[in-house]
Amino acid sequence: MYTTASGEEIFVIDGHVHKWDGSKANQRNIHGEQFINCFYGYHTFLSPAEKLLTREQFDTYSAEQMHRDLFVHGYDDMAICQPTYLTDFYVQGFNTTEQNAVLKTQYPGRFIVNGAFDPRDEAAGLDQLDELAAKHQLQGVKLYTAEWKGASRGYKLTDPWAEKYLERCEALGIRNIHVHKGPTILPLDRDAFDVADIDAAATNFQGLNFIVEHCGLPRLDDFCWIATQETNVYGGLAVVLPFIRKKPQYFGHVISQLLMWLGPDKLLYGSDYGIWTPDWLIEDFMAYELPEALAKETGAVLDLEAKKKILGLNAARLYGVDIEAQKLRLPNAHQARPVESALAPADGAAVAA
Amino acid sequence: MDTGRLRQERIAQVRACLATVVDPELDEPVTELDFITDITLTAPGQVRIGFRLPTYWCAANFAFLMADDMRLAVSSLAWVEGVRVLLQDHMYADTINAGVARGEGFEAAFGEAAEGGLQALRRTFERKAFQRRQAALLAWLLEAGHTAQALVAMRREALAGLPLAEAGERLRARYLQRRDVAGGGALAFVDTEGGAIAAAALARHLTDTQRVDINAEFNGALCRGLLAARYPPGAGAAVPIRIVRQPAH
Repeated sequence: MYTTASGEEIFVIDGHVHKWDGSKANQRNIHGEQFINCFYGYHTFLSPAEKLLTREQFDTYSAEQMHRDLFVHGYDDMAICQPTYLTDFYVQGFNTTEQNAVLKTQYPGRFIVNGAFDPRDEAAGLDQLDELAAKHQLQGVKLYTAEWKGASRGYKLTDPWAEKYLERCEALGIRNIHVHKGPTILPLDRDAFDVADIDAAATNFQGLNFIVEHCGLPRLDDFCWIATQETNVYGGLAVVLPFIRKKPQYFGHVISQLLMWLGPDKLLYGSDYGIWTPDWLIEDFMAYELPEALAKETGAVLDLEAKKKILGLNAARLYGVDIEAQKLRLPNAHQARPVESALAPADGAAVAA
Repeated sequence: MDTGRLRQERIAQVRACLATVVDPELDEPVTELDFITDITLTAPGQVRIGFRLPTYWCAANFAFLMADDMRLAVSSLAWVEGVRVLLQDHMYADTINAGVARGEGFEAAFGEAAEGGLQALRRTFERKAFQRRQAALLAWLLEAGHTAQALVAMRREALAGLPLAEAGERLRARYLQRRDVAGGGALAFVDTEGGAIAAAALARHLTDTQRVDINAEFNGALCRGLLAARYPPGAGAAVPIRIVRQPAH
């Protein structure tokens, strides 16, 4: 819960968190090693210096640590787990539905656990999706269209089997399709993170919501174009938001474009934990004001109402969360992180006052 | 000329050639992005170039484009007989290095995984570079007091002959390098199809182009940050250019 200076409480739903195991022991090959290395690169590049983790802390973490980072030291009230299986890279998978489900049991009410499917599993995978949906009462799935699978380097949502899976999602009541469309990787021509397939899928499956994680960056222009055409396309701000600290001018450009093209009802906050933590992200976002020139040029408005929508109301709508009921059920866990310097003063003078 | 000086001079020539090669998505020279790790003269007429990218996963097609552009640019030097371009720490390093060494196209190197050639991709990014460079120059010229009416009617020779301050001169040079992407034609400023721009529509034209620019800048910041995280400055591997000394030849 984030409390404004005037005492207003803002309920925060983090749309994008992971509980992963990127440790050496779980790495299947060099790709697994390089995958977590790449995440660590993002972490070290955009995190404030005082929030930097060591490699050991970053490689994997406990449920207790995650709970503390999100809800106690951070401002999240609920979080949506987005799995990333990567079983070609990691022995037990990188971040699976089963691993995330442990959190849901341990901290009732705090977590929404999403599933995943891979259309390349064809018919057998459809049965597995049925089971997964029943076991975890899935309302959403996270798709990683650039995931390697044997010789395949990715798939598109317009592939015939992908369409069968989306039909099954509709039948199972899985309405929220989160699709990772982020920085360029594979396959070779353009790449599997190209946002173009979202356009066709969103048109064909009007009953589903497509949340494009990372807003298709670096292809913001393509994403904005598609999201404006389709009423059921949303933007997930994971990876976008962390630019707010070290590259505020870029963040300003991106968020103003997103607000101009999609509007405040179509954007979802996500920390991408454990790459970044919700403490500084939310503090920076709440303090952020669009530069006047940008606001004037784009007509974008990022006021308190817009921030409330982005931080929780939009996700609550997509996932049927009754915020008032949740407020009663979940005590506000937030506590300010102990100030290290106060616990261990470097010199007496600094704390004498 | 002594061989040491000749070698230094040739390495400088290679570096100048590499400075003309850009990352297709960022439209910035590979030398300025700190992608080049070493330039080595391995034998008479033989050049070896080492380069690296911000992540192990950077798109293979972009990596291939850059490697091939480096080979072509350096091959244009009269004294160069052979160029080896070696991409390091990348998931497709071996495939790309072998493909470029054989002078193969992207499709030949990657087989079925490459669904189409690189030409369309190259063209897409040339068009984006044209737009970005044009927008930057136009914004600068408007700021310097040129009117929309004058700019949309300006001919190429007039733009080339315009006395400009240093910053404007640099923007003009960059833009003129890409002007032909939008076709021949006498006008200095045209849309991507080569058509004239109405004076009243110039502001809108600039706004539309801006999203392309934001993309590239966001990307550029990300790439630089990831590269610095991967090869921390001061950790040895991040020295901008390591000129490896070879026996004189």
